[in-house]
Amino acid sequence: MTHLDKESLQLKTDLIGMWNLVISQLNKTHEALINFDKDLAHEVVANEKRVNGHELKIDNDCENLFALFNPVAIDLRFTLAVLKINSNLERTGDMADGIGRFILNGNGPFDEELLKVTQVIHMYDEASSMLVDILMAFEHENTKIARSIFKRDEILNQININSIQVVADYIRTHPDNIEQALFVLSIIRKLERVGDHCKNIAEEIIFYIEAKVLKHASKKQKAE
Amino acid sequence: MNHIIATEKLNLFYNDFHALKDINMKMRANTVTALIGPSGCGKSTYLRLFNRMNDLIDGVKITGDVRVEGKDIYEKNTDVVDLRRKVGMVFQKPNPFPKTIFENVAYGLRVNGINDNGFIKDKVEQSLVQSALWDEVKDKMNKSAFELSGGQQQRLCIARALAIEPSIILMDEPASALDPISTAKIEELIYELKQNYTIVIVTHNMQQAARVSDHTAFFYLGELIEYGETKEIFTNPKDKKTQNYITGRFG
Ligand SMILES: Nc1ncnc2c1ncn2[C@@H]1O[C@H](COP(=O)(O)OP(=O)(O)O)[C@@H](O)[C@H]1O
Ligand SMILES: [Mg+2]
Repeated sequence: MTHLDKESLQLKTDLIGMWNLVISQLNKTHEALINFDKDLAHEVVANEKRVNGHELKIDNDCENLFALFNPVAIDLRFTLAVLKINSNLERTGDMADGIGRFILNGNGPFDEELLKVTQVIHMYDEASSMLVDILMAFEHENTKIARSIFKRDEILNQININSIQVVADYIRTHPDNIEQALFVLSIIRKLERVGDHCKNIAEEIIFYIEAKVLKHASKKQKAE
Repeated sequence: MNHIIATEKLNLFYNDFHALKDINMKMRANTVTALIGPSGCGKSTYLRLFNRMNDLIDGVKITGDVRVEGKDIYEKNTDVVDLRRKVGMVFQKPNPFPKTIFENVAYGLRVNGINDNGFIKDKVEQSLVQSALWDEVKDKMNKSAFELSGGQQQRLCIARALAIEPSIILMDEPASALDPISTAKIEELIYELKQNYTIVIVTHNMQQAARVSDHTAFFYLGELIEYGETKEIFTNPKDKKTQNYITGRFG
């Protein structure tokens, strides 16, 4: 193994560490939402600093790798991909933090009917399993898994689009619970963003492994 | 397409040794092409084709076409002196003559029968300006070339090559014996020169190839493995061997 190989492997390990932390942050807000667990939500908000710390360290390691090793070809694409994935993970961490704060500000357990009609829990399941799968794609350099993310992101987009109508209907029938309904709408918005980040990460993985640029490509191009 | 340099099905043998194998390559005017590859892969041999320097080596046999400005330069009636005027060469080790700075640059003009002193003086100055050496030597034109530093000597050799107005400049590891500052100056110079010249450069420094060239050719064991835009070669090489070489994972 060359020196650069060792450094790249360390970077990969660190990014996977960051990834697992973000997945756990998101899963904790999921649980906190269902159980209206303010302690857990508080833990997520407190942990946000650790996510930011990870991000800075990985950024810094990428910077050093560029400066000291002048990576080219696959090494260059790998380092660029790590840099961008890192920033997408940090933003995903922000989403978890934001959701945690909603829960902290809530004044009672969320109405189960509201959670059900908005499909927010389904969205949660989908978003966190996307994050896990895209991590697997990265770990095993599997672009097939990476490509499967694009379709799944559309599921989240669709739920998000429908949510305005669903929440409006809910508010009409539950005028006493407007605040919660708006919280849930905001959570849906954030989960939709998580889907976007997963999609961006999938594009970076394909770029680094296959040297294909999929950003802003059409759906048909992405499937190829 | 106007390719100033081209080889087709080019094979070169040193006696029984097959040093270049079926090389097809075309280069456009006013571009810089870098030849890279491990030692002994044939880069210098390939470079020496274009001013027929390989002719000076015993036992060399060449088949295929080598064209410069559209003409087959291995045809019987080729004027080799005229060819070498058109195709200048700069070597790894600066090789100034044991003469003054001025006479080093004037040399090629005098050999070519020019003796108009006013013209020679202007041409010497112009060449030294082009090779980014003028400011450093203008007050000591009559000093020996050996008083210059290695980096300055190399720029003097470039000025000497430029004085006879070639259209192509071949450079064989022109900066490998130089310190980083002189190296940076030579690289900057190559960038400037390509406006008026076509440059083919052999280099062992990957980053240098990436910085100075428009196209890169990767040679391995006498074969041209990959040839393309430098940007493409250094971000997304097509051949596994190229990738292993440029990322330092060779062998
Ligand atoms: N004058 C020569 N006689 C015999 N073999 C030579 C001669 N010059 C070079 N070679 C051989 O040809 C191959 C290519 O050499 P060269 O063009 O100098 O490679 P590079 O410049 O890529 O290091 C090498 O194997 C070398 O040993
Ligand atoms: Mg050589």
